[in-house]
Amino acid sequence: MARKDRRSDSEVARLDGNRGSKILAGLTKGSGGRGVAIALLSTAVVLTVVVVLVVRSPGWDEVKQAFFSRDQFEKSFPDILSAFWTNVKIFLIAEVFILVLALGIAVLRSLPGPVFFPLRALAVVYVDLFRGVPTVLVIYILGFGIPALQLQGVPISPLFWGTVALVVVYSAYVSEVYRAGIESIHPSQAAAARSLGLTHGQALRHVVVPQAVRRVIPPLLNDFIGLQKDTALVALLGVVEAFRQSQIEVAATFNYTPYLATALLFVLITIPMARFTDWLLARDKRRQLAGDLR
Amino acid sequence: MSSEAALVIERLHKSFGKLEVLRGVDLELAEHEVVCLIGASGSGKSTLLRCVNLLEPIDTGRVVLRGEDITTPRVDVNRVRRGIGIVFQAFNLFPHMSVLENVTLGPRKALRLQKPEADARATELLDRFGLADKRDEYPDRLSGGQQQRVAIVRALAMQPGLLLLDEVTSALDPELVAEVLGVVRELAAEGMTMLIATHEMSFARDVAHRVCFLDEGVILEQGTPEQIFGAPREPRTQQFLQRIVDAGRL
Repeated sequence: MARKDRRSDSEVARLDGNRGSKILAGLTKGSGGRGVAIALLSTAVVLTVVVVLVVRSPGWDEVKQAFFSRDQFEKSFPDILSAFWTNVKIFLIAEVFILVLALGIAVLRSLPGPVFFPLRALAVVYVDLFRGVPTVLVIYILGFGIPALQLQGVPISPLFWGTVALVVVYSAYVSEVYRAGIESIHPSQAAAARSLGLTHGQALRHVVVPQAVRRVIPPLLNDFIGLQKDTALVALLGVVEAFRQSQIEVAATFNYTPYLATALLFVLITIPMARFTDWLLARDKRRQLAGDLR
Repeated sequence: MSSEAALVIERLHKSFGKLEVLRGVDLELAEHEVVCLIGASGSGKSTLLRCVNLLEPIDTGRVVLRGEDITTPRVDVNRVRRGIGIVFQAFNLFPHMSVLENVTLGPRKALRLQKPEADARATELLDRFGLADKRDEYPDRLSGGQQQRVAIVRALAMQPGLLLLDEVTSALDPELVAEVLGVVRELAAEGMTMLIATHEMSFARDVAHRVCFLDEGVILEQGTPEQIFGAPREPRTQQFLQRIVDAGRL
């Protein structure tokens, strides 16, 4: 609809400000200082109750010894931290390939006409297959199966094949996210592009996909949080990453504290990403609201 | 059929499933002619325009653009569309692109113009239609009237030989209609060949060389604006125009 009554520049600037407090407000869902105070108080009460319950439980002394040993934590943490670097590398490398491969699959699925049926069918089969098979199995099959073929020039590194397995599985998921994004762009956009004489591919490339990608960034980030955690599955092939390293430490001492240290590292790296996703969602919502008012 | 016709539509049929929207439309446009399509909602005006631009495949019949049958399967639809501009009711600007990028996309990607050349062409057009200062704005920062003018400029940047306008003022607030119609009048005065679907009867009377009344998928009556609005022959045309008058729109 027509947008008279345009928002002045200073108003827009004000909307864009106050980002930090918006995030806190988003978490606490309160209004102003009173809301924050209530949120903090109720959180403290709940935490106290939980801590008291756990600490007063009959087995607490053993659990404390097995999971919360400061001594074990300090001994194992440096090795786990350096092994965790492997997780980060797997994640970063896999992410790049997933973004590209998944977009390719999503575009294949959106090709029109009977000529492209084989490509569309291929994309559908791929997605059905790799979304259906548990990630663990794909990791086993690729990680043990392909090196066992003893083909010339094909890598045998479990790290390599573990990463490939993650790329293969996550590309299937992420392609569906992209596809949802592509389908959410109103057909009138493609029609406008085609009416200018652009080809189907050009319309996708310049008009549909750029808008679709913007729209699906939050769900994409959500899948990447999942990917960060699943890098631990590569341990099943014998790759010494954080989880495997903590297993080694536990096997040597029969103390579970290294698991806790590993969990802590994963949480530390996913939290910023989760908050970033929240921030993006909040920003989109704000923009839409601003758009409605205009 | 006359050889100087810019556009000839012959016995055009188009169905969506069981619904037959166009039931044998015949229409001819001479070069530099402005033809307005009027008719109730659902009478097939938009569908007819979309068929001419090959955005909808037709069932039977032909569309001939300057002597070339553009509805045969062998025709290169992208090449044909480059020569036909269309402006939509809902603007359909690309929200992720600035005004300049919206206008230069077609020339750069479909006509393969270099960026400086496309930018120059776009800037000149934007300038002419009072949008020079909006060049770097994004569509959602513009008023509806400005957005529709950008959409017209986007179509003009392809230098089309035929312009199709699909209810270009229907989504606008009343006070913004005039600025868009002003642009269309200017194009008509310059001799742009145009096929215009519209609800603005006074505008049709003012700008059209010929007015066609589309009813239930056929052109029931056509003639000069004076004849159609002054002395319509068909009872259905009379009824339609009476309803418009009753609604205070004529």
